[in-house]
Amino acid sequence: MRSRRFVTTLFLAAALLGAGPLAAQTVKVGFLTTYSGPGAAQGDQLDKGAKLYMKVNAGKLPRGVKIDLIARDDTGANPDVAKRIAQELIVRDKVQLLTGFVWTPNAAAIAPLTAEAKVPYISMNAAGVNILNLSPYMARVSFTLWQSVYPLGQWAAKRFKRAYITVSDFAPGHEAQEAFTKGFTDGGGEIIDAVRIPLANPDFVPYMQRVKDSKPDVLFAFNPAGKQATAMMKAYSDLDLHKAGIKYIGPGDITTDEELQGMGDAALGVTTVHHYSAFADRPANKAFVAAYKKEYGEKLNPGFMAVGAWDAMDLIFHVIRAQKGKLDPDKTMELIKQYKNPNSPRGPIAIDPDTRDIVQNEYLREVRKVGGQLANVEIETLATQIKDPWKEFNKKK
Amino acid sequence: MTSFIGYGADPRIRFTECLPWLAAIAVFFLLPDYLSLGARILTYILFALSLDLILGYAGIVTLGHSAFFGFGAYVAGILSAKLGVTDPLLLLAAAAAMAGALGVATGAVILRTHGLTQLMLTLAIAAVCLEIAHKATPITGGADGLSGVTIAPIFGAFKFDLFGRTAYLWCLTILFASWWLTRRIIYSPFGATLAGIRENRVRMHAIGVPVYRRLLTAYAISAMIAGVAGALLAETNQFVGLNVLGFEPSGELMVMLILGGVGRLYGAFVGPLVYLIAQDFLAKQFPEYWYFGIGLMLVLVVLFARGGILGLADALVARWRKLK
Amino acid sequence: MEVFLPSLVSIAFHGVAYGMILYVISVGLSVTMGLMGFVNLAHGAFAMAGGYVLTSAITRLGLSFPPALVLAFIVVAAVSVLLERWLYSRLYDAGELEQVLFTIGLIFMAVAAAQVVFGMLQQPVLLPDYLKGRVSLLGRDFPLYRLFIIVASSVIIAALWFGVERTLWGAMVRAAVDNRAMAQSIGINTRRLFTITFALGSGLAGLGGALGAEIIAIQPTYPFEHLVYFLIVVSVGGLGSLRGPFAAALLIGVSDTACKYWLPEFGAFFIYVATIVLLLWRPAGLFGRRL
Repeated sequence: MRSRRFVTTLFLAAALLGAGPLAAQTVKVGFLTTYSGPGAAQGDQLDKGAKLYMKVNAGKLPRGVKIDLIARDDTGANPDVAKRIAQELIVRDKVQLLTGFVWTPNAAAIAPLTAEAKVPYISMNAAGVNILNLSPYMARVSFTLWQSVYPLGQWAAKRFKRAYITVSDFAPGHEAQEAFTKGFTDGGGEIIDAVRIPLANPDFVPYMQRVKDSKPDVLFAFNPAGKQATAMMKAYSDLDLHKAGIKYIGPGDITTDEELQGMGDAALGVTTVHHYSAFADRPANKAFVAAYKKEYGEKLNPGFMAVGAWDAMDLIFHVIRAQKGKLDPDKTMELIKQYKNPNSPRGPIAIDPDTRDIVQNEYLREVRKVGGQLANVEIETLATQIKDPWKEFNKKK
Repeated sequence: MTSFIGYGADPRIRFTECLPWLAAIAVFFLLPDYLSLGARILTYILFALSLDLILGYAGIVTLGHSAFFGFGAYVAGILSAKLGVTDPLLLLAAAAAMAGALGVATGAVILRTHGLTQLMLTLAIAAVCLEIAHKATPITGGADGLSGVTIAPIFGAFKFDLFGRTAYLWCLTILFASWWLTRRIIYSPFGATLAGIRENRVRMHAIGVPVYRRLLTAYAISAMIAGVAGALLAETNQFVGLNVLGFEPSGELMVMLILGGVGRLYGAFVGPLVYLIAQDFLAKQFPEYWYFGIGLMLVLVVLFARGGILGLADALVARWRKLK
Repeated sequence: MEVFLPSLVSIAFHGVAYGMILYVISVGLSVTMGLMGFVNLAHGAFAMAGGYVLTSAITRLGLSFPPALVLAFIVVAAVSVLLERWLYSRLYDAGELEQVLFTIGLIFMAVAAAQVVFGMLQQPVLLPDYLKGRVSLLGRDFPLYRLFIIVASSVIIAALWFGVERTLWGAMVRAAVDNRAMAQSIGINTRRLFTITFALGSGLAGLGGALGAEIIAIQPTYPFEHLVYFLIVVSVGGLGSLRGPFAAALLIGVSDTACKYWLPEFGAFFIYVATIVLLLWRPAGLFGRRL
């Protein structure tokens, strides 16, 4: 029924546009992100990145092929809302691709839909390690926590002996904890304690006090990018953990570019590992950041979520170009698996054909003052074209 | 509070009461693309019905009704995802039983109090339930939600499909059965005592009604129905997330109920219908203004139209009758 | 064990700071609920408004910290007078359900308005330099601002208690809380009393929200997230009393902080369970006089 409607739509479109050698084709892409509720700031990043790509690259589609990006609000980490909206996009709006999602639970909820309806989904952010195993029609362009945290753990083990872990108490936090523990202990370090902080917690000072009293060499922290990261940073500085000799490290979420300026000088010296920094030197990034500032304001910096959206749109455009606007789900997945992009703002990226997950570089960064602004300065490339370590360790037999 | 239809009124089914069901069946044939939204509306109507029983009829103000809704959803979800029980009817029955038990346990605690204390206790209980669901990640999936909920085809024949056809009819059937049950309760002597307790508790004590026991029974029944609604949500979504618990679903449900009209059987029908349809269209276009609009609507309804939509309809009908 | 005593001091310190802010915000709610019998769930919105006034005054109007605090109090009190006259007063005799729904509607509106005007991110609080830094007490370092919070709150609370216990206005409030009909019959203008008291309570909430912006972040979802805590302070403390909520707020502040320190896995859990236990033991609150 769906393919019949699709063909009918094509005929109608051709008739409406008058006879011509090339009938106009519109590829409908469902874009699910968060516009309201507590996660709106992150969802806004995806929106900005995706729309910027479409604006800058409007001329890169084959002649006569258009993209219709249908944006919907999942109102936050609400899997049932996400599932319902995805269902409507597939059934009512007849989308051929789905993309977006800040939150892992939402992506996990739509997995059965992508398999049943054969509509490929490309994650712009949702980073849970296991979601790609839920359906063969899912791929990810963003990151996994293991990719940044595992190498960080190995790096830290070479310099520090005793580590304290604090993570937010939800699945990404647990993943970060596992990844760091494995990396750090594999390198010979000792985890003296680990604390899972409730997600809605407003005040980190008691937890930081506990950390200070345990006297570790290094504190590994993970909280979701956003206000939690700022609050945690403030608590770290309020209690002078830096003077006590406890170094603060974590994945790039804790010094995320869009919040960094609000964290103040407390953030200086914090070392993180991540796949993207707004202050990276490569030309592709300079162009991206310039376009971003031109479109959205000089004061704003793009964060890693905006880049996730940008790169996902690049993948979508690639898939559309290769099939000249007539998308077949299985062919689309094949193309996705072979995708490589040497010129992403974050460096060279590719999709792993076995796991459909992202393959990218991870950079070691330090927060420094550059031109009066706080910046995540990339010091070295810690891991080149790393595949998700969790899947490597948990290979399905 | 508002006019209520109860014992003393004619219990026979009026013609107008058949209309909602006819309309629901018509929707199934005329709007096939909107069936999953329809299933959601039906589920929330059931949830609103349970709240109306305890709030509108018995007069207990509770902000924690989501505890039973969420508990029912998780019971169904866990039985399916972790223990492999997939028969939809069995899941509903289990959810009803467990939610009812929770209702008895919590009701025993809160029904001896009143006023702010009672309100606070309902909030605290709902908050505790949310925390438990959050912490018990191995069982509930924690913040990521419970996936892997599979539901066997109903009676072996009707599979839950992508278009929501089976889900819609299933929800409609369960709603019909629950509506029947609720209607019987309201039109019974038991329902009359509930209304009496709401209007004047002291007098009910004086004429020898065992107030506490009646309230507890009503609370337990209400909890059971809410649990069934939650289980329905789990079955139709094949997923349970933390957002079935906490203050938001309780608050939202209250808004739906007050919009339709509290203390009336069909307020629970009209409210969720109008709210969810409006949300589907408006919240997409203007997400921030939607929230503001709902708040404004709530304030205006409380100030000027306490009977909700049905109350306004009643007033209009009365005026029209006067003009004749 | 050598860590125990200093960490106890630390917990006490942070817990007291948190508890005092909770009290300053919630005391207005206790008084208005005890006085007017009005369930005002939107009280958190006043605290949030105070926080926004503070941050806006500092960043957009260039005011320094102390005048910005005072402005927070004044603006929120003034707005609450308008709300009380136009809206709240219509519902004084309405049932509990109506009041709950009305104030929930107000919360929705406040949250949406805050999101549209200020955006979703939390407001950065720019403290003046003389309030930054650390102070050394009993061998441990404490953030200076938290000490300031404790001192400032104590001053505010002392002024409030003095006002209620010693002044004529305070006597009238206490009389009206005890028996409104009687107070009216001896000539007290309860309508004006309500308005003034409501304004004071809301202004205090605004001031508390502004003072506490460092520890309780100012963002659009503020009224939802912290509503439960304010209600706990008031219901456990007892409606209409001043001392009850003070004890309850300190209890909550310290035990919440202690729980986070020693049993971080069970943070919020404990507060709710404790609330249930306390309310069942003393339904009228620890110091409550009426339900």
